[in-house]
Amino acid sequence: MDTVAIRAEGLTKSFGQGETKMYAVRDVTFDAHFKELLYIVGPSGSGKTTLLSIISGILRPDAGTVRVEDTDVWSLKENALADFRLQKLGFVFQDFHLFPNLRTVENVAIPLVLKRRPWNDALKEAMKYLEVVGLANRSELNPTRLSGGEQQRVAIARALASGPDLMIFDEPTASLDGDTGKKIVEFVKREVLTDHRCIVVVTHDERIYEFADRILNMEDGRLLAGKGTADA
Amino acid sequence: MFGALARAGSVHVRGTPAADKAAVSGILRIAYKLLVNDKGKFAALLMGLTFSVFLMVQMTSMFAGMMKKASATVTNTGAKVWVMDPAVTNVSSAIPMPDYILDAVRSIAGVKYAVPLYAGGALVRLKDGTYQPVTVLGLDDTSLFGRPNLIEGKIDDIYAENGFVVVDDEEYPKLESPKIGTDFELNDNRGVIVGIATVPASGLFGIPTLYTTFNRAVQYIPSMRYTISFILVEPQNVLAIPHIQEEVKRLGYDVLTEEGLIDRITNWYMFHTGMGTNLLLMTAISFLVGLSISGQTFYTFVLENMEKFGALKAIGAKGRELVAMIFFQAAVTGLAGYGLGIGLCAGLIALAKLRVPDYASIITYRNLALALGMVLVISAFSGYIAVRKVLRIDPYDIFRG
Repeated sequence: MDTVAIRAEGLTKSFGQGETKMYAVRDVTFDAHFKELLYIVGPSGSGKTTLLSIISGILRPDAGTVRVEDTDVWSLKENALADFRLQKLGFVFQDFHLFPNLRTVENVAIPLVLKRRPWNDALKEAMKYLEVVGLANRSELNPTRLSGGEQQRVAIARALASGPDLMIFDEPTASLDGDTGKKIVEFVKREVLTDHRCIVVVTHDERIYEFADRILNMEDGRLLAGKGTADA
Repeated sequence: MFGALARAGSVHVRGTPAADKAAVSGILRIAYKLLVNDKGKFAALLMGLTFSVFLMVQMTSMFAGMMKKASATVTNTGAKVWVMDPAVTNVSSAIPMPDYILDAVRSIAGVKYAVPLYAGGALVRLKDGTYQPVTVLGLDDTSLFGRPNLIEGKIDDIYAENGFVVVDDEEYPKLESPKIGTDFELNDNRGVIVGIATVPASGLFGIPTLYTTFNRAVQYIPSMRYTISFILVEPQNVLAIPHIQEEVKRLGYDVLTEEGLIDRITNWYMFHTGMGTNLLLMTAISFLVGLSISGQTFYTFVLENMEKFGALKAIGAKGRELVAMIFFQAAVTGLAGYGLGIGLCAGLIALAKLRVPDYASIITYRNLALALGMVLVISAFSGYIAVRKVLRIDPYDIFRG
């Protein structure tokens, strides 16, 4: 099996026009592999989030290609892109974006429902993912009743429910205190990262760098060669 | 082990009708929960729609109630075909016709029988010396066609000297609730109550109704040279009606079916008096109030959930799934508000009728259909403006925070 999960080549993305044109990502090329916890780090405004959006099929690049396994992501049409995200990707957003008016188990079931799973089956399966993240006993609560760390784990369970090959974590520790953040990332590396999964994390939280398999350092939209681009 | 479990979640089941149905039901269930679990906003949405439906149904039911009362003589009489002067706009403004028209109508092929009806007003002197206006309907002496349903007395007694049948409706107490045998003075003539009757609808203007024979009515009430207010026709069959209409028109008179006459009366009130126009205007205003309140509230509701819809889009929800969710939410809100509005209106009408028996307000199927149509328009509009916004969400914004 090819161990390359993502192959990004020559990715470029700019915003604005004329004098206001600004490059968020410039000619970025990198690979990510299965069973790899890859960090994309850098200061605010360095283009991390833009790069993350491009590789996850959300933001179309001006130039370059992204292949996830054997799929050329940006050759897909809109509905196929939505399907691609649903089938292949799992998102853990910075603010979690859980639905406060749904029970925890229902939040986790959302990708399953979108994947045409009957409601009761989806809830049953969602419970399994909640067990994985250790929150089966909180399944009936609304997310607003959970702590920040618990909400993060619910978001992870929801991302896992897609059965994704590629998981995207956007600033996973930004809303958590230091200890909780570390525990979450440790948990992700231990329980979520599998032989058939690649995890890409965007962060600027140096406290969790120790868990990375590899770190890509971005600055002004470019990957820095050598500096900060290293095997952990 | 976990990897296998996680991968199990990616099995494709899209495509089969059963799976699609189950999935749609799941998506709509999420939409429903997102809507109703946000209790504050859902209550605000419901209140707006309920109020709007209440106003719309209240206005239209008042109009329907008034029109039912305005057409009371037509519905109570039950004749299938009515012959009248072309200038007649409602029963209370009948223009008398000469007797030969009755003979001419009776001679038309397809007429089973035709009888005269007298409709006019008179004054009844009450015991305390005050006068009470009444409507007097004079029925054909031979057949008594169009007679009311008696609850006391015998219809044959209407032929007795000075015999009148009084209608026991909301206006009945205005004649001091007469019993059988009660005598009274009508236009300086003596009258005796020989029967008490009920009718499906009472009149619009709060005037009691008395029935007597055609000849007695003409005798008691000052008339012009002509005396027949309407000719009631029973056709041999429905197919004969066009021919009867054609022949009567040649005589210079008008022929309307029962429904046609009710429509003419309704149109007259609607377009030739301020009443219908005002009520229609109020209905339109209620609709606009509902449209603006619900549209704005629903739009705000969607705006506040925009990030969530963006997250759904990022996860893999398609545009059509988001559209289905939003229109479903709009429909649920609309139908719930519709039900509550109808219930509130029905409750208030029932309450009002307890206190004011004359209160002219009825909820008809047409009113319900009209209000439902308007609610669906409100829901569709609310959904549409929300959908436009949701479809433009860029999931990238979710990442940017």
